[in-house]
Amino acid sequence: MSTSANAARQEAPRGGPLSGAGPRRLGLAVLAAAAVAAPFVAPGLQSQMAVLWVMVVLALTWDVVGGQMGYNSFGNIVFFGAGMYASAVVQRALSLNAQETTTAGAGGAEALLAPIQYLGGLGLGLACAALVAVLVALPLGASILRLRGHYFAICTLGLGVAAGEIASAWDWLGAGSGLVTPLFPEALGNRNRFFCFYFLALAGACFAVLKLLYRRRFGLLINAIRDDEDKAEAMGLPTIRAKVVAWSVAAFFLALAGGAYGNFIGFIDPLDIAFSGATFGVWMILMAIMGGRGTLWGPILGAMVFHVTQELFWTFLLGWHRVAMGLLIVVIVTFLPDGILGWVRERRGGAALAEGRRA
Amino acid sequence: MQLLLDGLLVGAIFALAAYGMALVWGVMNIINVAQGELVILGGFLTWWLTTLGIHPLFGIPLAGAVLFAFGWLLYRTVVHRLVDRDLFVSLLATFGLSILLQQLMNQVFGADIRNANAGLGSTYLLGDGVVLANIKLVAFAVALAAAAGLLLVLRRSRAGRAIRATSQNARAARLMGVRTDRVYALAFALNAAVCGIAGALVAMVWVVHPFIGITYTVRSFVIVVVAGLGNIAPVVISGAALGDAENITGFLLGAEFQTAFVFLLLVVILLLRSYLLSRRRQVLR
Repeated sequence: MSTSANAARQEAPRGGPLSGAGPRRLGLAVLAAAAVAAPFVAPGLQSQMAVLWVMVVLALTWDVVGGQMGYNSFGNIVFFGAGMYASAVVQRALSLNAQETTTAGAGGAEALLAPIQYLGGLGLGLACAALVAVLVALPLGASILRLRGHYFAICTLGLGVAAGEIASAWDWLGAGSGLVTPLFPEALGNRNRFFCFYFLALAGACFAVLKLLYRRRFGLLINAIRDDEDKAEAMGLPTIRAKVVAWSVAAFFLALAGGAYGNFIGFIDPLDIAFSGATFGVWMILMAIMGGRGTLWGPILGAMVFHVTQELFWTFLLGWHRVAMGLLIVVIVTFLPDGILGWVRERRGGAALAEGRRA
Repeated sequence: MQLLLDGLLVGAIFALAAYGMALVWGVMNIINVAQGELVILGGFLTWWLTTLGIHPLFGIPLAGAVLFAFGWLLYRTVVHRLVDRDLFVSLLATFGLSILLQQLMNQVFGADIRNANAGLGSTYLLGDGVVLANIKLVAFAVALAAAAGLLLVLRRSRAGRAIRATSQNARAARLMGVRTDRVYALAFALNAAVCGIAGALVAMVWVVHPFIGITYTVRSFVIVVVAGLGNIAPVVISGAALGDAENITGFLLGAEFQTAFVFLLLVVILLLRSYLLSRRRQVLR
């Protein structure tokens, strides 16, 4: 995998020459086939796989702003949570209507929705989630992306926590007790499998869109912002616009992931699930760093390694696993700041590394 | 009036933690995101003393001393790897440290809300119109004394001079024979000690809980951003202003929005700062 990642990174800025595209495309197809087949091979792991694909989306979207553009955000979780709430609110409003018409006077029991109603509600909820997230991301990005360095990072950290605090204090959103999402209709089969495929499709779409974006001028533009923003600005590049677009792309995919994650879990808790800064919020950064910041494959690789580690901690260190996670963050950041891909590249030879840095 | 006075007194505690953050930021160019967790740790130590039947006021020197040692240990194990690194690395590493400490405290002290009651009673002013818990007055005095003590150490002592020299120009200080590594360790340990004292006060005046540390980090950051690095007077003033602003919004909107307000205030202040800076930039043009 590392070789394809290397190749992808080095060739992407040059617009992807055709030579060597064949084997890489084949490798990608094999990986995709394996990902699709995996839920059937190991049905017991379907829910873990669903979470894995969510994590891949989180890491990939974080890397757009944090890795490729060099704006280290601690608050991307805002869009994940906002999407989750938007989707849940829409679905609840719809399902109340549906219940009134189909099971008039059922006596307060949570009636099951017909599959078509459930899917319709979910679809509409996701659309609203994406819309809300982008509508929030545009003005927010236009203002806070003017901050630099420490100030941007701490500002986003504050935003993430503020969002969680507001959600857990706002009665309309269920306040501290959160919201319950509609029950998954049994006619649609296994819930875990359904969401596993949904998140897989989302991760695939996210990967494809980012790959396309990084190949175009846009990729160079955000890399220029990372390397020297003042210079890029002085050269007349539309830096603010590029920053807001990158931020909104991340928000879009995060909201689509969050919007369905609420249904996957079955209920929304404001601090532990929607705006969980201490878990997903920091894990997405960690995964991107672990794999290798500023690469396309790094976050994916990081998400996979991280998820397995996380599950192992959970299994063997129950109760203390969160302590271990904190320790892991410190260790990774201090000893492996360039990530797995960076480490591999360094071992391959300093010359290639230097060239990669300069490129 | 009640709100204003309360805010003023509590603000002194915020200012103390903020002054520690400014010290580390100024000397080592590291923003310690685990600041709030150090505060809470000091608070838990004080609470733990009361469970042993010892008066919480003794928690103040104890928390200071223990946290000083703990800060030194943290520097030797983790933080010394962060000096001179990418600022993002130091941010994320201290953020990891904050999660680690949070969860450790959660395991060791439990997730309950704790308070160390000093039992000092209250003072009534203006014909019972304003109630002041005596402990808040004590906390105010202790916070100011601790800040003044830190200031004295920095201004008068040899170690303080080394710290100031290192913060002005680390390389020159090293050439002059200052062992900058030890200076950094001292600065970080002093910061931890100050946080510990602030935490002991927090436990007596308010409550401590493993997961509320981040609010103290953000408060410190807001204060430092407003007051700038180095001077103590602006830090105390903006600390008091923050305490007042918080109390008043908590009163107007309900206490559940008070924390959210702190974080939104952070965003607003940062935006305002960048707006003012960009205006200055245009004037220069």
